[in-house]
Amino acid sequence: MNIYGKKIGLAILIALFPLVCAVFSFAESKGQEVPKKFLVPPPPFSPGIFPCSQCHKYMPVNKKQRKLEQMHQDITLKHMPGGWCFDCHNPDDRDKLRLANGKLISFDESYYLCAQCHGVVFRDWKAGLHGKRTGMWNGEKQYRLCVHCHWPHDPPFKPLQPLPPPARPADIK
Amino acid sequence: MSKIRSNPLGVKLDRRTFLKGAALGLAGTALPLNKADASFWEAFFQKHFREMNDDEKKKVIQRLEKEYEQKYKKAIHIGSEKPMPGVLFGYGLDLSRCIGCRRCVYACVEENNQSIDPQVQWITVLRFKKGEKWIDLEESEKYYNPEQVPESGHFYMPVQCQQCENPPCVRACPTQATWKEPDGIVVVDYNWCIGCRYCMAACPYGARRFNWGEPKRPAEKINPNTHYLGNRPRYKGVVEKCTFCVQRTRNGRYPACVEICPVGARKFGNLLDPQSEIRYAIEHKRVFRLKEDLNTNPKFYYFFAYGR
Ligand code: SF4
Ligand code: SF4
Repeated sequence: MNIYGKKIGLAILIALFPLVCAVFSFAESKGQEVPKKFLVPPPPFSPGIFPCSQCHKYMPVNKKQRKLEQMHQDITLKHMPGGWCFDCHNPDDRDKLRLANGKLISFDESYYLCAQCHGVVFRDWKAGLHGKRTGMWNGEKQYRLCVHCHWPHDPPFKPLQPLPPPARPADIK
Repeated sequence: MSKIRSNPLGVKLDRRTFLKGAALGLAGTALPLNKADASFWEAFFQKHFREMNDDEKKKVIQRLEKEYEQKYKKAIHIGSEKPMPGVLFGYGLDLSRCIGCRRCVYACVEENNQSIDPQVQWITVLRFKKGEKWIDLEESEKYYNPEQVPESGHFYMPVQCQQCENPPCVRACPTQATWKEPDGIVVVDYNWCIGCRYCMAACPYGARRFNWGEPKRPAEKINPNTHYLGNRPRYKGVVEKCTFCVQRTRNGRYPACVEICPVGARKFGNLLDPQSEIRYAIEHKRVFRLKEDLNTNPKFYYFFAYGR
């Protein structure tokens, strides 16, 4: 009896297998997108610079690759050789960023933009492994945007001054 | 000079008086009777923490809170949160990320009320030269002090209590003042520790610290949110160490060193939860544990998230 029950259960499972697969692959395709909005602090804009449209609204769009002379001279792009503003910024609505596929995203979701090239890191970041998280280990976690640690125009993490070394035994009175 | 030792009970006994008392076979002789108020005897007969029921714990905690309030002139809360069921804490540290900035060392001191003078720190950051035989602890440097970190050609490895599943320190303690809690944290009862330092000799990671002097920390810098088995102020002559910030983590928060680390090298979570960060690290990265061959079975996992 018992054995029969098991066999029937197995048969049902096998019969349902395609369905189970479908559910999983659905879940997987959803997994490509970030499932929820991550809790992140506001993007680290220089004070007063956002929204970009406050100036750009009044300016014609010049898509020519050139050296900037009137504004943003502090930015030397040391990220992606041959890269250019409009690889990430959106020429027509400056308050948005633009993915390679043309999709517009807001600055507080800029991780999608980074993820276009840094997919492996993005995967780890989503899982909470790459980058800093604070809050609850069993509850709500505060994430950081990639740009909080990596200035997008020159991304490597900047060196820090270390805090003092421990006292040597000889220094202890 | 007579050697006077002050103990957690605040009783000063010089050796001669003690021996006299002992010779008479009468502990009472050695104990100054004018100090013999109720609180003194309560402290003297305090039970082992694990043998106390909730009521008894509450009483002990009330007594200690009063003592601390007198000493530091401010209210200090001592919690006694129990381990959460189904939780076994694990820690991860990404060596490919750590830059050796020592922010964690000092965040831990602030959170856990370590003595500033004499200096007590629970985390030691070791610097290694990159190379073939890299994890040679003898070759490590803990006093490095360059202008900026990281230095090229080096990497850094912070070491603190590894919260072993099979902790040698616990077996070494003659008074059972230290033990492993069900959530995996190895704790010390500072009122039970006699200061023999056997545990320090037994720890293969050098993670335990001894209060050689009266721990000094200005009252305004005392973190008043404490746990009996964690960061409550300690006494001269007792051993202490990292507790995975028991006062924070048993309330669901990340440890202090996790939250301060500027590069996010430190990961923390429940080893029994397949969705946790620490499980993700163990399942997806190359992890190792320090001195694995000693069979201490630490719950502290080092890993390299990125080959660099
Ligand atoms: S704070 Fe983070 S980066 Fe700095 S020494 Fe500690 S673990 Fe390493
Ligand atoms: S977990 Fe808490 S006690 Fe342990 S080293 Fe980190 S800050 Fe210190």
